[in-house]
Amino acid sequence: MNLPTSAKAVIIGAGIVGNSMAYHLARLGWRDIVQVDKGPLPNPGGSTGHASNFLFPVDHTKEMTELTHESMRQYKEMGVLTECGGIEVARTPARMQELQRRMSSAKSFDIDDTQILTPDQVKELVPYIDETVILGGFYTPSVCVVDSLRAGTIMRERALEMGALSVFANTEVLDIEVVDGHVAAVLTDQGRIEADYVIIACGCWSPKMARMAGAIIPLTPAVHQMKDIGPVPRFADAKGDIEYPIVRDMDTNMYERQHGSGLEVGSYAHRPILHEVEDIPSNAEAALSPTEMPFTQVDFDLQDEHSLELMPEIIGDENVREKYAINGLLSLTPDGMPILGETPEVKGLWSVAAVWIKEGPGTGKSVAEWMVLGESEIDLHASDIARFHDHHKTREHIVARTSEGFNKTYGIVHPMEQWASNRNVRLSPYFEREKALDAVFFETVGWERPFWYESNAGLLEKYGDAVMPRTSEWEARWWSPIINAEHLEMRETAGLVDLTAFCIFDVIGLGALETVQRTALRQMDVAVGKVVYTPVLSPNGGFKSDLTIMRLAHDHFRVVTGGAHGMADKKWFTDQLPADGTAQVVDLTSTYTTLGIWGPAARTILQAITKDDVSNEGFPFGTCRVIEIGPLRVLASRISYVGDLGWELYLPMEQGARLWDIVWAAGQPHGMIPVGIGVYGTTGRLEKSYRAYGNELESEYTVVEAGMQMKKVKDAEFVGKAAHLAHRDEDPAAILCSLTVDDNTSSTGEKRYMLGREPILTLDGTPITDRKNRRSYANSAGSAPSLGKHVLMSYLPPEHAVEGTKLLVEYLGEQYPVTVARVGNAPIFDVTNERIMG
Amino acid sequence: MEILVCIKRVPMVGAALILTDDGTELDTRRLGFQLSPHEENAVEAAVQLVEKHGGSVTLLAMGTAESEEQLREQLAIGADRAIIALTDGSEPDPQATAAGLLEAIRADGAPFDLVLLGSESADVAGYQTGIRLAHALGLPVVTNVKGLSITDGVARCERAVGSEREVYEVPLPAVITVRDGLNIPRYPSVPGRIKARKKPVTTHEVTIGAPRIVKHRLVVPPATAKGTTVLEPNAEGAAALVEAFREIGVLS
Repeated sequence: MNLPTSAKAVIIGAGIVGNSMAYHLARLGWRDIVQVDKGPLPNPGGSTGHASNFLFPVDHTKEMTELTHESMRQYKEMGVLTECGGIEVARTPARMQELQRRMSSAKSFDIDDTQILTPDQVKELVPYIDETVILGGFYTPSVCVVDSLRAGTIMRERALEMGALSVFANTEVLDIEVVDGHVAAVLTDQGRIEADYVIIACGCWSPKMARMAGAIIPLTPAVHQMKDIGPVPRFADAKGDIEYPIVRDMDTNMYERQHGSGLEVGSYAHRPILHEVEDIPSNAEAALSPTEMPFTQVDFDLQDEHSLELMPEIIGDENVREKYAINGLLSLTPDGMPILGETPEVKGLWSVAAVWIKEGPGTGKSVAEWMVLGESEIDLHASDIARFHDHHKTREHIVARTSEGFNKTYGIVHPMEQWASNRNVRLSPYFEREKALDAVFFETVGWERPFWYESNAGLLEKYGDAVMPRTSEWEARWWSPIINAEHLEMRETAGLVDLTAFCIFDVIGLGALETVQRTALRQMDVAVGKVVYTPVLSPNGGFKSDLTIMRLAHDHFRVVTGGAHGMADKKWFTDQLPADGTAQVVDLTSTYTTLGIWGPAARTILQAITKDDVSNEGFPFGTCRVIEIGPLRVLASRISYVGDLGWELYLPMEQGARLWDIVWAAGQPHGMIPVGIGVYGTTGRLEKSYRAYGNELESEYTVVEAGMQMKKVKDAEFVGKAAHLAHRDEDPAAILCSLTVDDNTSSTGEKRYMLGREPILTLDGTPITDRKNRRSYANSAGSAPSLGKHVLMSYLPPEHAVEGTKLLVEYLGEQYPVTVARVGNAPIFDVTNERIMG
Repeated sequence: MEILVCIKRVPMVGAALILTDDGTELDTRRLGFQLSPHEENAVEAAVQLVEKHGGSVTLLAMGTAESEEQLREQLAIGADRAIIALTDGSEPDPQATAAGLLEAIRADGAPFDLVLLGSESADVAGYQTGIRLAHALGLPVVTNVKGLSITDGVARCERAVGSEREVYEVPLPAVITVRDGLNIPRYPSVPGRIKARKKPVTTHEVTIGAPRIVKHRLVVPPATAKGTTVLEPNAEGAAALVEAFREIGVLS
């Protein structure tokens, strides 16, 4: 069969991802799909061919858990899944606590069969383990092994049977042609194919393909070492491929699994060994396959000793010999998540990269839905290729973060854990001043942001126990009581907050109104000078984002959104631009800096430095306009994400320092303090029940469920409108509630504070599931210092979403009583919003 | 019995050979390394002989410090210690190789009853080093050996010649070069690996004289195999299959 000259879509790659894409696109109705791979079938020589093929369903990331869960369902349906169980063993007390955390994540994300085992119980299931070196294990019976090559063949064959696909092995892509920003054709060594869509699904070669089209897929090929030893006398009679649970030796970053008569020992403990895509040998050059690189024993020496400690009966047997050992290549990304979606650089060019076996078919299904239906059932925002900022795409950043992240594969990673490498990339104009105030910097998409200021330590004495000090090391890690002290002080005086990490982009032109109307839920045809906080909906009426839009002129809107999700928002707005070119999106993130000032004294301070009227009448809430502050023209916007009166002040980056100095001087007589993001991102918003994208707001929840519906829906069309109207007519399956923890005291008498993602239970300890089969868990958790309480937000089914309802939250193996304090978006603190409106 | 096995670190290649731009070397940037396959048989024979007769196995590799990787691999099989005859990395001809090995053996000073080599290296395949080393040591040499046993200080060596066998008996000390078919080399075990890490590896710098064989250029011969052709299960396929059988002489 000759290569066709045109196709609707070309899929590059025939590993688990390419095959999943082929099947699911065909299933959703696409035809005229061409799949190419430079290697032979069924194993073209990529990472799928040497994968260990086991799936552990429990993960702390909801998105990953759901993708894995869906993948398991598909593998099972294809008959290529063998359930064997899996045990993560702990050698240290810290790991035992981490295993309890995994119990919580399992419950939060709907995996109920897990349990904590004693060393003896582990030994019963894995008789060749030395139980004296472990303290216990986390057992998941549904852990399984799959035949990913067979699965790939089945999915390809299904697409072929539907008449949707033609497959070309031994066909190498030489170039991807782009015309006017849209992918146009794929040039291979077997001919040229014009295509509307090109899907890059070739694992560690993906960056090379993207580069051909002028796009960037920021991943790196990296080594995962494994060796297969055998024959093991104990396994001599093994009938199946796997009969014993897979063991993950978490504290040594290793795993051991029976594999027929052998034992496979794998490691994520060795030094990070990264490769350049260009250095991967071709199929013909490679001694084994391109991604089965020569084993480097010296990197595994320590792992040999660790595996010997855990399984001396097998590993210590001189007659059990190494049959096969490789430096297997896989894909690593700077933040550890896959890279999915249409590239921001090239229309029609899609990336489905850095996907492992455990999430392959689920990812294929989700991305296919995204391509065909405009949205996937599973929210993929954490994997969206559009999430990357420019500096994320540099080789140096990729190398730094993958090197740092690799050994955390089995790590105990704190939810707030900061990266140590490649810091100080984006510095706000206030950076030197903040450093002088002993700011403790956390990073957001490259920006260094003060999380709290050590210079505020003196406030601890003033507020005493009201700062809710934490004695447990885990919760005190990446945290300071100064955050809560800053919060309380801001509520008394005023706080100055560096918000330079905002993403800012303007939508301009005659079609600007149409663009923002189409994108935003709320009415954007407002007077110039209005500030609108609005949800942005996905086609199915879930949350795509939430952000603020200022109308600066009849044809000029300024969008302000969080840094973490900002680039994806920018792409979303760009995707909504009218085809006639009457509107444009212009990224001004690096042009404008933002300084926030909030607190009872905010107006007095601001009025002291401007002649413009900033009284409540002169400058009402929800408006913006340019004011003069000394020699500076500053766009002031009166909104608040912390629950106090104040403004966001926008001005050109290079003038920021001057503004800081002016506000600083004016604030001193009023006791104004610098306030970190610990307040802005957590404490301030939580006691006001303000939602955060990625925590409370995801595409899986509706506006009605989030309690954010307006009285009226605007007449103008917008993305997700039909779905949203339908949601308004039905009873919500769950409603977002604010809960207070009634008693934080653990069984040992220590105060413990949840950090988020913990399961919410009924009083008899049963997990709560809504009618859409979603579990109730803490979407956010944090201090509410003004209330003296620890606060959670959680979606609860209507029967529990009643103020005063008593429930439980499970945290690290213990249960704590909680009370539903608010249902919907009513704040717990300052219910009437007096402080903001005053 | 004290046995010395000389081994060489060589590139691990696949089907296609890629040369450097100037065409004088194999491009090894994307390749791993191993020891020449016949030498695996030599190490296995040495370990078996020591298991039977007692004594120890010493390994000797001439090349760069990276040779330690292959030496540790074979120490894990059961060799006792290793020597690196350290060079500057330039490629010696067989004469220089033999001279360098001799220099390292003398510097080490230990006497050996038996010196084993592979019949030829996997990369250069000069078939000379064993003979030249034997000459330099003043020892008898038997090459291309596929069967080896030792009784009362005499080595019984078998060579395959066509479908026949030649048998030589040679008194020790002697040099013997071996090839595949001699035995089935064992793979390392993890305990073997762990022990190997503590075994001594000593280094002797050796100087390589100017090569008397000068390499001008390497040429990769054109591939003869066309790869796999999948035949359709129909009349056309059957005809092609018959043709293929004719080509290989199954059908006349």
